[in-house]
Amino acid sequence: MTTTLTINGTDHAVDLPQEVPLLWVLRDEIGLTGTKFGCGVAACGACTVHIDGTAVRACQVALGDVWGPVTTIEGLGTPQAMNAVQRAWAAEQVAQCGYCQSGQIMQAAALLAENPDPDDSDIDDAMQGNLCRCGTYPRIRAAIKSAARMMKEA
Amino acid sequence: MASIGKILRRSFLIGSTAIVGGVAFGAWYVSRPAANPLRPGAGEAALNPFVFIDAQGVTLIAPRAEMGQGVHTTWAALIAEELDVDLADVRVIHGPPAQAYYNSAMIADALPNKGYDISDFQHGIGEMLGVLGKVVGLQVTGGSTSMKDGFVRMREAGAVARETLKQAAADRLGLARGDLRTQSGKVIAPDGTELSYAALAEAAAAIDPVDAPLRDAREWRLLGKPQPRVDMTAKVTGTATFGVDVRLPGMKFAALRINPRLGGAMSGYDDSAARAMPGVERIVDLGDGVAVIGRNTWLAQQAADAIDITWEKAPYPPETEAIFERIAAALDDAPNSALRDDGDVTSPPAGATRITAEYRAPYLAHATMEPMNATARYTGDALEVWCGNQGPTFQQARCADIAGLPKEAVTVHTTLMGGGFGRRLELDYASHATRVAMAMPGVPVQLTWSREEDMRHDFYRPGAMARFSGAIVDGKAVMLDARIAAQSAVFQAMDRVAGLPPAGPDKVLVEGAFNQPYAIPNYRVRGHVCDLKIPVGFWRSVGNSFNGFFHETFMDEMAVAAGADPLAFRLDLMRGEHAPSAGCLKAVAEMSGWTGKTPEGVGRGVALTYSFGTPVAQVIEVADEGGVIRIRRAWIACDMGIALDPAIIEAQMTGGMIYGLSAACFGEITFADGAVEQGNFPDYDALRMHSAPETEVRILQTNAHMGGAGEPGTPPSMPALGNALFDLTGQRARSMPFARQFNLLV
Ligand code: FES
Ligand code: FES
Repeated sequence: MTTTLTINGTDHAVDLPQEVPLLWVLRDEIGLTGTKFGCGVAACGACTVHIDGTAVRACQVALGDVWGPVTTIEGLGTPQAMNAVQRAWAAEQVAQCGYCQSGQIMQAAALLAENPDPDDSDIDDAMQGNLCRCGTYPRIRAAIKSAARMMKEA
Repeated sequence: MASIGKILRRSFLIGSTAIVGGVAFGAWYVSRPAANPLRPGAGEAALNPFVFIDAQGVTLIAPRAEMGQGVHTTWAALIAEELDVDLADVRVIHGPPAQAYYNSAMIADALPNKGYDISDFQHGIGEMLGVLGKVVGLQVTGGSTSMKDGFVRMREAGAVARETLKQAAADRLGLARGDLRTQSGKVIAPDGTELSYAALAEAAAAIDPVDAPLRDAREWRLLGKPQPRVDMTAKVTGTATFGVDVRLPGMKFAALRINPRLGGAMSGYDDSAARAMPGVERIVDLGDGVAVIGRNTWLAQQAADAIDITWEKAPYPPETEAIFERIAAALDDAPNSALRDDGDVTSPPAGATRITAEYRAPYLAHATMEPMNATARYTGDALEVWCGNQGPTFQQARCADIAGLPKEAVTVHTTLMGGGFGRRLELDYASHATRVAMAMPGVPVQLTWSREEDMRHDFYRPGAMARFSGAIVDGKAVMLDARIAAQSAVFQAMDRVAGLPPAGPDKVLVEGAFNQPYAIPNYRVRGHVCDLKIPVGFWRSVGNSFNGFFHETFMDEMAVAAGADPLAFRLDLMRGEHAPSAGCLKAVAEMSGWTGKTPEGVGRGVALTYSFGTPVAQVIEVADEGGVIRIRRAWIACDMGIALDPAIIEAQMTGGMIYGLSAACFGEITFADGAVEQGNFPDYDALRMHSAPETEVRILQTNAHMGGAGEPGTPPSMPALGNALFDLTGQRARSMPFARQFNLLV
């Protein structure tokens, strides 16, 4: 069955069983590999994308259930035109191996869209589903705060 | 700039390369006289194996696997410092496997049993392991280290390239080389004439390299200062290519299931249900498991899960407690080593206070964020493999063996890694990808482990046990006697990958215990090898990861028995023994405002482990928040001598500590019916944003020897936390994970 998804503003038609999770549609069918596979059970956040502006775990959303336009890390910003959150991440030099960071950034972007001035406990609440085995948490926290400042000034 | 593909087409597969040492910061050796593997075409110049220049600009080769430790950035900075290029203007690539990136001289005398009757493959692996053993040995004795080697040679590579470019400019302008200067990728004449390196490269390649002395550290522009990481932009925009992100035309995706009883056989399977499932292209018998090739990874995994497989038994005791009984029994066997044996531990002075304690550390998985994976394309007479890995030549040799091809017909592309921590030293993922790709010749196939397969088929940090006894007289430690038992990761890896028998004392089994900087007059540490067939390997900081916990928990118990402050007690024993270690302790005391006293509801613990040439001291603070214990703050001081990039070191120290704290709190691999019980993050959790401490790092630079940064932050974290829990609760933490004993914040 053919399903049409709007991803980063572009329509993609895919012919796949409806239960295939969005994560694998993005990665293996459309070739958008910025969204990562970490656990497949909603326990790591590496696969975080936005559907209709809400942060969701792409490993848990079946193709047939995608209810709105999808934004992935590639749609948030590009190396030439980074989003404020990505700029803050680069300024704070957050990434180590970098594998979790697409998900961290998408989660943080959703937090900041909802709450432009998050405090430490807001950050704890919003980010605790996103695992980082390299332990970059202190810099993630700093980057969220600096992104908040950047967005306020903009 | 030269495209990676272009450089690789010309230069791949020249000789061999070795990368050793897991996450150690820059464990890498280079030999100078080896052939230059970069083959420049017309208009391009490879001035040496590390500097490639063409019409578009400068490419630096950092032939070390980037796992997050920032090695590409610091390696490039070493070259750029002398070459006078700006990091923002150059491209940094991993480059091809090559002899030039490998220290053959170092390896020659490292093999315990250099074989005239072993295959090339065994020989190569044996050499790698020989070097690994030697590297670890050097690091724990504080001798010359790998980074020190790169530290001089990479700056030399930059200096020689710079002076040779200047000579080419001097020839062209009819001036003396000494009248020219260099800046930002250009040679500049006294009259202001500028010639770009790109414009000079071809001429420079035609003249003899010009030697130059290295600049004094006081003149450094880049080294010693934080540099923006060269991989940062790609990693925050989702454009970095990890192994699992390789995409090739016509590619298929595969999933696998291997016997969960590790090393056990497969006696048969029924794949009739799987064959009928959507997107399934091929089912491949791997011998000890089955793979499914399909249209995408998820469909392949669903089909793999639908195969009914009959597994044989595990070649080790099937339950955790029976395994630990074997480890405990090994404590009473003849020792494999007694690498520290000072004074006489058998007759403590009369009137001494005696204490004893027994400790236990569990098996642990690496749980890299990116599960194991590799992509392969087999065409009958050639094989190409793409994967993140810590030793491309060994992957190449093993894959060639499996495919029945000569090594020269196998190309290995090393991608970025979503974590290594020692796991990607192993060869299993590229091996299985090769077997899978051979079932569909001509078609590239990407094989990805599910998280459950990854966690249940690791090469684990061995479970370990220790018995310590000590004696105190007048508030001072006068005797420490330790026995440590575990499987030998080194012996097993030698057997597993090379068929070489175990040989000699295993230093790694006792590192972090036998080599700690305490002046205790009667001091003995013995290692006992427990022979079990559970696959074990190299987990961030290796033996230090359990010995640091054992030794530094016992030091705390000694301090308590002596009625002394645990920090002052250590400092007393350390002051005359190793000044950089004492300096780290003093630094964390100052940073944390250590008084030895904590308010009600707060506990603090201290620990110091000297590993990989670097002493690291940590103070951890825990707080009881309504019955739940939270790790609130941490202070770290380290001294690896010259700190080449303080921001990267700070990140490695923090990350290494969090990796250790995660294991100390929650990490545990247990066995039931021969299989690992944990499968995914819900049962193998780690610290997260809300549970990770606020951390402060201080980098000292008094150590006369350069040490590592990627691993030494891990060992002291576990005892520092255990000691803090004791301070808070009065209960001694002698067995990890602590969540079994304490109500920790999850
Ligand atoms: S892969 Fe979706 S939450 Fe881990
Ligand atoms: S940066 Fe490596 S897992 Fe987060």
